[in-house]
Amino acid sequence: MTVYLPIAELSVNIFIILGMGAAVGFLSGMFGVGGGFLITPLLIFYNIPPVVAVATGANQVVASSVSGAITHFRRGTLDIKLGTVLLVGGLLGATAGIWVFSWLRSIGQLDLFIAILYVLLLGTVGTLMLNESVRAMRRAARQEQVTLKRPGHHSWVHRLPFKMRFKKSKIYLSAIPVVALGFAIGVLTSVMGVGGGFIMVPAMIYLLRIPTNVVVGTSLFQIIFVTAYTTMVQAATNYSVDIVLATILMVAGVIGAQYGVRVGQKLRGEQLRALLALLVLAVALRLAVTLVVTPADLYSVSVGSF
Amino acid sequence: MSPAAAFRRFALVAALAFIGQPAAAQVPFGQATAVKEGLEIGTSTSEIGIASDFRGADLTIFGALTNADELLLAIGQYDVVVTLEGPLDYATVRKKSRVLGIWVNTESMTFEQVPASYSVAATRQIDDILSSEGGLPIGTDHMRLSPTGYVGNAGNLTEFRDAYRRLKLAGGLYQHDFGGVRFVSSSLFRASLRLPANVPDGVHMVRAYLFKSGTLLAERELPLRVNKTGIEQQITDAAHNQPILYGILCVMIALVTGWGASLMFRKK
Repeated sequence: MTVYLPIAELSVNIFIILGMGAAVGFLSGMFGVGGGFLITPLLIFYNIPPVVAVATGANQVVASSVSGAITHFRRGTLDIKLGTVLLVGGLLGATAGIWVFSWLRSIGQLDLFIAILYVLLLGTVGTLMLNESVRAMRRAARQEQVTLKRPGHHSWVHRLPFKMRFKKSKIYLSAIPVVALGFAIGVLTSVMGVGGGFIMVPAMIYLLRIPTNVVVGTSLFQIIFVTAYTTMVQAATNYSVDIVLATILMVAGVIGAQYGVRVGQKLRGEQLRALLALLVLAVALRLAVTLVVTPADLYSVSVGSF
Repeated sequence: MSPAAAFRRFALVAALAFIGQPAAAQVPFGQATAVKEGLEIGTSTSEIGIASDFRGADLTIFGALTNADELLLAIGQYDVVVTLEGPLDYATVRKKSRVLGIWVNTESMTFEQVPASYSVAATRQIDDILSSEGGLPIGTDHMRLSPTGYVGNAGNLTEFRDAYRRLKLAGGLYQHDFGGVRFVSSSLFRASLRLPANVPDGVHMVRAYLFKSGTLLAERELPLRVNKTGIEQQITDAAHNQPILYGILCVMIALVTGWGASLMFRKK
């Protein structure tokens, strides 16, 4: 059964889109990630224009982050104050990102930029994650004690001015790195269509030394608002959010996620991370191949003077 | 109205028109015709509504030659070309080349005011018809493709024009059907033009050209409105006309879906 996507301007098989949404939803539930970094490249592989894939990916992340954020809010593992400071940076970053996005689109380099950014980011994150999880598995095999680096060590980050007290997180931290982190994630959201949790969570733990229990909830809080904002700005400036595509993906995604969570609870953490790392690397590799392999047609045509 | 019914009605009107002017038909062969040959066309509809399940369609155009020389008609000296031109817009062609091992769009050329879609039908190969008529912008090979701004060298221009035509033909937005115009009687013809599935909406222009031995004699045009109806078009309109509301709706759907799923699965 085919369905016409009005914004992407092409007909697609609805079952392929449903399958894609469910599969990414399942993985995102299993690994506890938003799934934007998987859905956007998958859509691009399926010939959805990257402009639409990125904007629709951001919209999809809103749906996949909501239930998690509500859960964390109920449990009290969400620092609203810290989240709001992150959000200030995030909204600024998303605005700057949209500007860069539109500019790259006007000079015809957007598709290339998105692909390169994905290869770099997914390649780096995937390699780091694989490395870490393999070491963790070896440690487990040798039955060594896991020595976690205790959060609370002071680094240059903690010598910056404009310090604020975040009661829920029980930390006293400069607003500068928090806003800067939010800004960087905001740029990624609007340019890549991702929530950015896979970068924000490690950065908050290792760089800002924020207690682990509030990290996921707080990052989800920031992600919901930044992705929702990005969706609206993309809709208003690039007209590139495909509501039909987004709805199919979201419905399949949130259902898939519920089953993913159940499977995820049965698997060991380091095995789970190793699997996710391999998946991330596979997506990066597939995108890298498209950059290097000679395209079927060197020419492309687009309507309009940009 | 079905194309066949429309044709019957048109044939009747055309036949009546001929009865009114018997003098022209009786001009002996070889003598200079005092009255110049003319061309009349009609379409089965002046407006096409495209519903959601549109997978492309054929548009039938009927026409009649007036004051045509019977003998020249019989030996096929008259040729008709019918085109359907979509709304005009700028189009940019980009070319990739390898930079540091990666394929990058390095060159581009923008053509001004080219039709977004273009279908052409003719009685025979358009190059054979136009052979003696230089510079007529009819058909995909001859249409005007003027670049905006400065163009460095002429070789580039040819290259980008060829690429543009090739891509548009491959994408189905440009089509040609040589042999798509048929004479159904000595002076009545019927042309069918293909509307592709992704035909742009807006005012299209049907143009018919009459040639005698390669010389353009007459030209007629008729507007054709293409309106997309159905839910898809409403969505596209909303996205462009009320982008903020559209964006808010997208976010609302996401919030409801995400929240709804967590409620549903908790109760189980």
